[in-house]
Amino acid sequence: MFDNFVVPNLLPAAPEIFLVIMALAILLIDLTVKDSRRTVTFVLTQLTLIGCAAIQFATSTGEIGYTFSNMFVDDLMSDLLKLFLYMTVIIVLFYSRGYVIDRAAMNKGEYYVLALFATLGMMVMISANHFVTIYIGLELLSLSLYAMVAMNRDSVVSTEAAMKYFVLGALASGLLLYGMSMIYGATGTLEITAIAERLYSGGVNRTVMVFGLVFLVAGLAFKLGVVPFHMWIPDVYHGAPTSVTLFIGSAPKLAAFAIVMRLLVNGLITLAQDWQSMLIILSVLSMAIGNLAAIAQTNFKRMLAYSAISHMGFMLLGIVTGVVGGDARYALNAYSSAMFYVIAYVLMSAGTFGMILMMSRAGFEADELEDLKGLNKRSPWFAGVMLMLMFSMAGVPFFIGFFAKFSVLQAVVAAGYIWLAIVAVLFSLIGAFYYLRVVKLMYFDAPADETPLSAGMDMRILISANGLAVAFLGLFPQVIMSLCAYALLRSL
Amino acid sequence: MLTLTLSHFLILGAMLFAISVVGIFLNRKNLLVLLMAIELMLLAVNMNFVAFSHYLQDLSGQIFVFFILTVAAAESAIGLAILIVLFRNLKSIHVDDLGSLKG
Repeated sequence: MFDNFVVPNLLPAAPEIFLVIMALAILLIDLTVKDSRRTVTFVLTQLTLIGCAAIQFATSTGEIGYTFSNMFVDDLMSDLLKLFLYMTVIIVLFYSRGYVIDRAAMNKGEYYVLALFATLGMMVMISANHFVTIYIGLELLSLSLYAMVAMNRDSVVSTEAAMKYFVLGALASGLLLYGMSMIYGATGTLEITAIAERLYSGGVNRTVMVFGLVFLVAGLAFKLGVVPFHMWIPDVYHGAPTSVTLFIGSAPKLAAFAIVMRLLVNGLITLAQDWQSMLIILSVLSMAIGNLAAIAQTNFKRMLAYSAISHMGFMLLGIVTGVVGGDARYALNAYSSAMFYVIAYVLMSAGTFGMILMMSRAGFEADELEDLKGLNKRSPWFAGVMLMLMFSMAGVPFFIGFFAKFSVLQAVVAAGYIWLAIVAVLFSLIGAFYYLRVVKLMYFDAPADETPLSAGMDMRILISANGLAVAFLGLFPQVIMSLCAYALLRSL
Repeated sequence: MLTLTLSHFLILGAMLFAISVVGIFLNRKNLLVLLMAIELMLLAVNMNFVAFSHYLQDLSGQIFVFFILTVAAAESAIGLAILIVLFRNLKSIHVDDLGSLKG
């Protein structure tokens, strides 16, 4: 019965396998560790992520390798995204460290293990070539995140945020699955590359396909957090403990980008006309509502949530301009600009939430805009770091955020959507208002609270490096840009 | 004599799915009903997968259903856990009482 069973090639999935083994080992080791010695768990978690990065480097061949009956793919795009993913999670956990130690309910080994399992989910999403792998990866990520949001279990806002996140996240998975079931019915396969082949060779019921596509796009939009499927983003960003908001606001964006690429570009490129027109509407709406609603916020985390919505809308512009009238000449340029945008956004978002974590201390969250007042008087250097991050988010020239916006706009103009580029620039200008308001609060208002910043040396060095990276990578944008372009060239 | 065809199953799946979406958005009473609506939604999808799988004579759809069922079990475990934590804080599981996050 098992005569035709062949052991699959495990090498392309080596980092994932290493991560599973280590996460389970850390879960066991943590049982023997006292609360006061939680550093052991932290160090092991960081070593695991570094190990994953090393294995990723060592096993990367640069070729497209399929394994597990074509369910799992390892190409340069996945290698690059995963390396950025490990880097982001390592930074996120460093930033979270002080915050977590100050809050007894969160200073548990589960926090780190859940972060590792969420990372595993994102890795599986990035490498998925089958609806089952996408779904399993997505749920592994989401379930870990729901638990992390609810981890500060005595807080009313955190548990409420977790409930809202859970209900809307489950709804999104339901929509995504319904879309997948329709596409399965129309094409007769669940494998993404096989779907692309069947669509290419024709004979697929187009009505069923487009019906499924609508649900698929709605599910993806929920996960990306673009209007009109954005309702959960402000509540979750606001209600979750800041260290978890930092996690949700950074790394999963890389994975969301990856599944958009896998499902829409690798799988359904033949239907590009249909999904591009849907995504254009979502993108314009996100930029409009994200930037306008952010102005009205008084809570910094909530403002950043609306900013995240507008940034995801902007990123989608790169994805909708890949195919123009059946001509995919600009596809590489467009998709690599979107990838560059996501990576730049993750870097900026990690730094900004990191700053909130640095200003917070036990019993004080520092998440209101008011709390930023007079930061320049308390610490001129970190006010400068925040300035760089805010300028970069706003797209002020020569920070990385500017080049991210620039490359996406270039792709939009090359595809002939001049009006779309104008709309995007106008909304970015409106968006600049609330980023500059933060700068105004830091430099021109008197501090409400004179306590010096209490963060440790490692945090100070890392966050300074993050701010400087945002500034200096802006001087050499072609480094990351050409990495993205090369990775996509070898993967598509 | 009525024979059941693929479209009967798809219509049933679509109806169950619609009931669950309406249940999530119109339900203003009880969070437990929301959790049930989520389960119903996943089961509606499973109905679709099994129907297509039988129609296409392809097993992979039915295997996907096993994965969805397993994940749904894990999902409701986490959902109920969050519900309990929320109840301890709010002393209520009414949807309308979830109002501390606004803006």
